[in-house]
Amino acid sequence: MTDPIPARSFGSAKKSRWFAVGALVVAGGAFALIASGRIGNNLVYYWGPTQMEKAGQKAIGATIRLGGQVVPGSIHQDPSGRSLTFEVTDRHATVEVHSSGIPPQMFRAGIGVVVEGTMTKSGVFESNRLMVSHGSQYRPPKAGQTVDVQDQMKTTTGLAGEKIR
Amino acid sequence: MPEILSPASPSKSRATQIGLVLAGLGVVLLAIGVYLGLFVSPPDAHMGNVVRILYVHVPTAVSTLGTFTVAFVAALGFLWRPSWKFDGVLEASLEVGVLLALMTCAQGSIWARPTWGVWWDWDPRLTTTAVMLFSFGGVLALRYFVDDPVRRAMWSAVATIVAYADVPVVHFSVRWWSSLHQKQLTGTSLPGPLKTPLMLTFPGMLLLVSGFVVLRAKLAMRRRATELAPPPAAEPNPVAPTPEAVEGGR
Repeated sequence: MTDPIPARSFGSAKKSRWFAVGALVVAGGAFALIASGRIGNNLVYYWGPTQMEKAGQKAIGATIRLGGQVVPGSIHQDPSGRSLTFEVTDRHATVEVHSSGIPPQMFRAGIGVVVEGTMTKSGVFESNRLMVSHGSQYRPPKAGQTVDVQDQMKTTTGLAGEKIR
Repeated sequence: MPEILSPASPSKSRATQIGLVLAGLGVVLLAIGVYLGLFVSPPDAHMGNVVRILYVHVPTAVSTLGTFTVAFVAALGFLWRPSWKFDGVLEASLEVGVLLALMTCAQGSIWARPTWGVWWDWDPRLTTTAVMLFSFGGVLALRYFVDDPVRRAMWSAVATIVAYADVPVVHFSVRWWSSLHQKQLTGTSLPGPLKTPLMLTFPGMLLLVSGFVVLRAKLAMRRRATELAPPPAAEPNPVAPTPEAVEGGR
């Protein structure tokens, strides 16, 4: 760049290098603390069904997020359409979930979900916030298959004729 | 008088030319990529057409992290060997980076609502991204609050290095913790026809962003030149009464 900028002293370069070292130490320390899991292990976004089972009584009444896969064949929609029940699994344990509200369009058997709510004494997880979690795998529709998002919203079975993982 | 203050310099500087070429190339690649992404590539089997936002969301998110990395390097460079060039690049990359971070969050929300079912949730990826947006937004605010150019450069360089601690955490968040957000794309994430638009929008976004940073850095240098220029010699004010006139009136 050619524009002449009037000379102005930045002070001693030695001093500013110490600033660089200090800032790097602070940033590196913060990063190392998080990366080593000293902070990270306390940051739990959701519990799996196994952790939920282990927690037992502690899970009752507290606001918790539960994450896992929807068990195929376990989805039962309320005739009014306002709520549904399904099971969430991590392949070791399974928790029954009762969710109020309309599920997102992507909700179907076998997909990942995160539900927010609380465990009830009857052992059913009562949720008022259902979120669908999808992987980073994207596929075009197979030949002859149509993607009708409006239609998918009405059902919880996904695409017709597709095998559930 | 510094050259910079002269009205309309006849030829554009080298940096400005480079910036314009980079941004122009970026716009062309982005335009072709977006066209392919919207009208040619197939939808996702489950998501439908919403998947197309990926073609801008992924490049924007990666550029955000890249731009803050440029800011980090410029901040280190400045403190190691203070010069207005490093400060100009720092100012440019901070501003472009904050804008990109904001765009990443907005695009992510638009994608999340129809797929996840919510606009936002405090999952590790989203939380660390929000922290990144607000930390660098804070550094940018700091630059606006400090009037002395030397202090502004020093302080914002230190603040940038500290704020950068969060950037690799954003990158690794989806691997370290279970999250609602999907993991990074891998080689097999997008089969052929779904991948083509990204092959254009990704380099397109990087070029456009580099162009913006170069142009904005140039602008920062010009502002420094005017800021640091010695004040022009006081000219006689024709309206104010001269001392002689005041004397004579008595």
